[in-house]
Amino acid sequence: MNTLGTIQILLFFVIILALTKPLGLYMKRVFDGERTFLSPILRPIELLFLRVCGVKEDDDQPWTSYAIAMLIFSVAGMLFTYAALRLQGFAPAFLNPQKYGGDQMTPHLAFDTAASFTTNTNWQSYSPEAAINYWSNMVALAIHNWMSAATGLAIAIAMVRGFARKSAKGIGNFWVDTIRGTLYVLLPLSIIAGVAMIASGVPQNFTAPMAVKGLEGAAQTLALGPVASQEVIKMLGTNGGGFFNANSAHPFENPNNFCNLLQIILIFSIPAALTYTFGKMVGNVKQGWAVFGAMSAMFLVGAFVANSAEQGGTDLLTKAHVMTQATATQPGGNMEGKEVRFGIGASTLFATITTDASCGAVNSMHDSYTPIGGLVPMFNILTGEVIFGGVGAGLYGMLMFAVIAVFIAGLMVGRTPEYLGKKIEKFEVQMAMLATLILAASVLGFAALSANTNYATTTDPKASDMYATVNLDPKKQQADIDKLPGNASWNALPNSAYGNPTDTYYGSTRNNLNNNGAHGFSEILYAYASATGNNGSAFAGITANTPHYNVTLALAMLIGRFLMIIPLLAIAGSMARKKIVPMSSGTFPTDTTTFAALLIGVVIIVNVLTYFPALALGPIVEHYQMKELKTQ
Amino acid sequence: MSIKVQDPQQTPAQPSPSNEMVKPKNAPRSLFEPTILRRAIKDAFVKLDPRVVAKNPVMFVVEVGSVVTTYFFLRDVLTHQGHPLFTGQVTLWLWFTVLFANFAEAMAEGRGKAQADALRKTRTQTHARKLVGGKEQNVPAPDLRRDDLFVCESGDVIPADGEIVEGIASVDESAITGESAPVIRESGGDRSAVTGGTKVLSDRIVVKVTANPGESFLDRMIALVEGAQRQKTPNEIALSILLAGLTIVFLFATVTLIPYAKFSVDQAKAGDVPTITVMVALLVCLIPTTIGGLLSAIGIAGMDRVMQHNVLAMSGKAVEAAGDVNTLLLDKTGTITIGNRQASAFHAAPGVSDAEMADAAQLSSLADETPEGRSIVVFAKERFGLRERDIVEMGAEFVPFTAQTRMSGVNVQGREVRKGASESVKRFVEEHGGKWPAEVQGIVEKVSKEGGTPLVVADAHRVLGVIQLKDIVKGGMKHRFDQLRAMGIKTVMITGDNPLTAASIAAEAGVDDFLAEATPEMKLAYIRSEQAGGRLVAMTGDGTNDAPALAQADVGVAMNTGTQAAKEAGNMVDLDSNPTKLIEVVEIGKQMLMTRGSLTTFSIANDIAKYFAIIPAMFAVTYPELKALNIIGLTNPESAILAAVIFNALVIIALIPLALRGVKYKPANAQEILRRNLLIYGLGGVLVPFPFIWLIDRILVLLHLA
Repeated sequence: MNTLGTIQILLFFVIILALTKPLGLYMKRVFDGERTFLSPILRPIELLFLRVCGVKEDDDQPWTSYAIAMLIFSVAGMLFTYAALRLQGFAPAFLNPQKYGGDQMTPHLAFDTAASFTTNTNWQSYSPEAAINYWSNMVALAIHNWMSAATGLAIAIAMVRGFARKSAKGIGNFWVDTIRGTLYVLLPLSIIAGVAMIASGVPQNFTAPMAVKGLEGAAQTLALGPVASQEVIKMLGTNGGGFFNANSAHPFENPNNFCNLLQIILIFSIPAALTYTFGKMVGNVKQGWAVFGAMSAMFLVGAFVANSAEQGGTDLLTKAHVMTQATATQPGGNMEGKEVRFGIGASTLFATITTDASCGAVNSMHDSYTPIGGLVPMFNILTGEVIFGGVGAGLYGMLMFAVIAVFIAGLMVGRTPEYLGKKIEKFEVQMAMLATLILAASVLGFAALSANTNYATTTDPKASDMYATVNLDPKKQQADIDKLPGNASWNALPNSAYGNPTDTYYGSTRNNLNNNGAHGFSEILYAYASATGNNGSAFAGITANTPHYNVTLALAMLIGRFLMIIPLLAIAGSMARKKIVPMSSGTFPTDTTTFAALLIGVVIIVNVLTYFPALALGPIVEHYQMKELKTQ
Repeated sequence: MSIKVQDPQQTPAQPSPSNEMVKPKNAPRSLFEPTILRRAIKDAFVKLDPRVVAKNPVMFVVEVGSVVTTYFFLRDVLTHQGHPLFTGQVTLWLWFTVLFANFAEAMAEGRGKAQADALRKTRTQTHARKLVGGKEQNVPAPDLRRDDLFVCESGDVIPADGEIVEGIASVDESAITGESAPVIRESGGDRSAVTGGTKVLSDRIVVKVTANPGESFLDRMIALVEGAQRQKTPNEIALSILLAGLTIVFLFATVTLIPYAKFSVDQAKAGDVPTITVMVALLVCLIPTTIGGLLSAIGIAGMDRVMQHNVLAMSGKAVEAAGDVNTLLLDKTGTITIGNRQASAFHAAPGVSDAEMADAAQLSSLADETPEGRSIVVFAKERFGLRERDIVEMGAEFVPFTAQTRMSGVNVQGREVRKGASESVKRFVEEHGGKWPAEVQGIVEKVSKEGGTPLVVADAHRVLGVIQLKDIVKGGMKHRFDQLRAMGIKTVMITGDNPLTAASIAAEAGVDDFLAEATPEMKLAYIRSEQAGGRLVAMTGDGTNDAPALAQADVGVAMNTGTQAAKEAGNMVDLDSNPTKLIEVVEIGKQMLMTRGSLTTFSIANDIAKYFAIIPAMFAVTYPELKALNIIGLTNPESAILAAVIFNALVIIALIPLALRGVKYKPANAQEILRRNLLIYGLGGVLVPFPFIWLIDRILVLLHLA
């Protein structure tokens, strides 16, 4: 760690701290239906939308109706996106200068992509500039950048209402919350930040890719498009799906350090502010600050650890007499996979933030991090995305942990555990545990499946889109093994596999890994952690655009989103019905540092216990291997 | 060892409010009594029945795991492959894990069972003198039905539960309460209930049966202490769900580790995928066996602790609810104040000097052995320096209190000094041709209005003055209420006194609120309003008119001396009829929840150390670099895994006393308790296993077992 890195982390944190209260207060007013300074302009539009949708403003929904409305909204959006992607070839010519069609968006890829954007994950198994046109970007995908963020926001508010209300049947109206979230929160912030991004050099046009002559004299194609408008909601909505494959490492998505700072502020702004909204709505802002404190502590530790791990470089570099000390002209440390214009400080900070919040945008290659540097993003995702987390998702995820923490530790003070005056009973524990174990099952199960299955796909037109299973048991099927490449890499082409020179081997697992050994395992684990956590960032290294990965990742994303939301809405519904037990000195205090520390402890212990064996075989063993100079 | 965990006043500086109050009467002498121990060991094996274990998901997983490793052990032995010594030891300790958990439960039950046996002995087959049409018939006790009448005379064992309809008797209730002092039971009023199995010591009573055979108090008591009707309490159910959920999560973590290991082994081209035995060992170490094994024991022991205080809880739910109580309604008399009043002032009548009044008051009380009488003598000595005089030396004749005169006093040297209630003394004075001064009437009324009891002293025709008796708040109550307040519990004093008096006693006792001139309706309304605010209310009561309030309260403790209606309305019965015990019941309820929470935290925190022991051992060949995680330097993979499994089993045994006794409880606010318990059971839970696993590892190596 160096001074520059520390200053960046602290500067960023101070800005977020300053934004939390005003934005949180504003959101409280929006979702409570109070008047805000934007009401004169937006209120007529809101009323128009409500009338068009046939929604009554005061129609309070019980949790079941709320959940059904959310599912209808999401399923409709997902089906639309699937169709729009598959049919992108029919888009008007000015939106499809690249002439991309269904060939670029195969069924399994379209399924994966539709699931990915619907669930606020924005995992991209494809290279956007080589697979989707402007229509897909602006319509099929961009709507979800708004829809999924607004959905997350609505769910979080509904959850908070569950705690704030007393003996109530309903938890609000999904349609009203979604419309308000979009109109009053996402839209104004996007407009301001979008203009700022354009000012900092992010393109916003419909120009076809442009051929230019590079500095070295070689011809180069510059992909362009309506980037700024996409970029701003990608960050603000913690979506993370880039306009370009290189995501925020691309100079057109993230041209300079000002833009970089703006992007990371956008990621954390709403999730951080929601903690204040929460405190305000339950009538005790200290409750919100306790949650904020727990999130902040985990964020800061992660940011400092990642920064010092990368700044420290690797023993291999030291042994090779590469200078890893930072100097006036050298960044030092491990610069592999990092943009020179950001350096180690801004890269590790971005990596920590994007994985804390379930954003998933990247401005550096996490795969190239040192083991400990890479463990931080992975651990952040494995916490279930509760360190600020996705828009809304972070808060409701953290509230689930709060329920578990209060239940375990609450018993220790000798009372039936209470959170915010609501008794935590059988039903809440049941739902919280259900969500916990579904998430664990998704990450661990799919990773286990992918660590030991192998498919080979041929692009032979005669056998298009069919795949065969190749048994990889080394003792029995040596012949099969021989057909596969020993050291696979990106899109390895095992010409020998089936004797067909056009065969492409995309095998889903080990032979499809960029790296072997423990690092290869990390890549698989990261992929499913990212999908289940609805993060969307990739450790990279695996080619995910295969039927196996597309389908399993899509399932992981859907499970991670909806099988988490539904139990949590059930908790909200059950909480709303309860009476509020008045606080007393015998009540378990949840607005203190002790509680924040406990919350951190529970988040870390529950996740460490669940994922420690897997992590031990991934980044942890790799770290010790590196110490013994055994890694490449 | 006596069990006195509930006594919050350990320091001599704060006098215990009443020693007999906190001393558990039904307490077994020792936690590990040999008879209970023997029976528990036997029961531990009986409980291996999978149908029994299946009720506890955590232990069921352990039992299934034990069966699986047993299979691998037998296979290893028969085929001479693998490491039968290692597999055998793992198997053995897994079985021990289940047995230890069963043993813990059996221990907790055993204490209740021993008690039930003792109670059963009292339920001897007696004969009843049934009254049919005014004539006595000798019938066997089980033939008595509800509403039958029977007669009991001195020496008879009461054959069934009932209500006295005629007569008064002293009854020995030691069979149920353990208290040897006889109690008075009489028809009418709130002391009319008698319990089957108790013995009439004097006089004759006619009793109406209130319970059919099998439903009697004794039967219910036996069922309760035996745990036959034990149902899981709400928090216990919620906790079981949490534990089952964690078990499933760890099952995922372990099962998926097999393909991960396969991947790693293939990649590293070294070592083997860990055996199923090792996987089972890891799983059992990770799932919360400590709390899973002790959970039901904690619940049973909690009920048992209540029982040791001579309170019969009708359900575990009631005990648990006691821990959650926000508001305690306490009767003034007997709970906050001592039942007897004490002299607090002498008011001389007009024309009488204070000294003369004091002298007469003392004289009238010299032979009066009642607490009130003694307090007058003491007061006279303290305030007026009057020495105690010997009544016999003086040649005085003591006139005892009778129901007819309602006065007592002495006849000495021609004087007839009397003290008593104003009405009686007025009659006495007027009979002697005296006049009842209006001023004295005024004093009497004033004293009454202030909540005191006025006793008038007169010498034949002359009224000398009024002795004021007042309520005395029990020692230590103020401190106790302060503690309750710190725990977030509001105390409310219920009294029939007028608001003025109530306020002064409330202030002296340090209660938070009071309900003056309370009627049963007011109590009920008060409870309802508290509950509407989301608070849980506990109260004690004895009379029939308390029944609605007892039923409405979340925790209702009925006095054993009370009426049948009150006993049925409440969810606890205090056999000693000591209203102060409500506070102890609340503390036991809290302690039960704290024990569960603490052991859960401890159990989960333990896992960290076990990971550090087992994970490097599992991949010792595949990834030798992981030895860096073997921070306590365990000798070899087998010793490391075995040490973790053995620690996991032994910790259950080690924590049985804690589970049965409950964690140490000190009244304090939630914040303090949380910090303390997090430190002990959270941080302690992380650290404690390391040295012990290391020690077990060394012992195993020393014994050449691994």
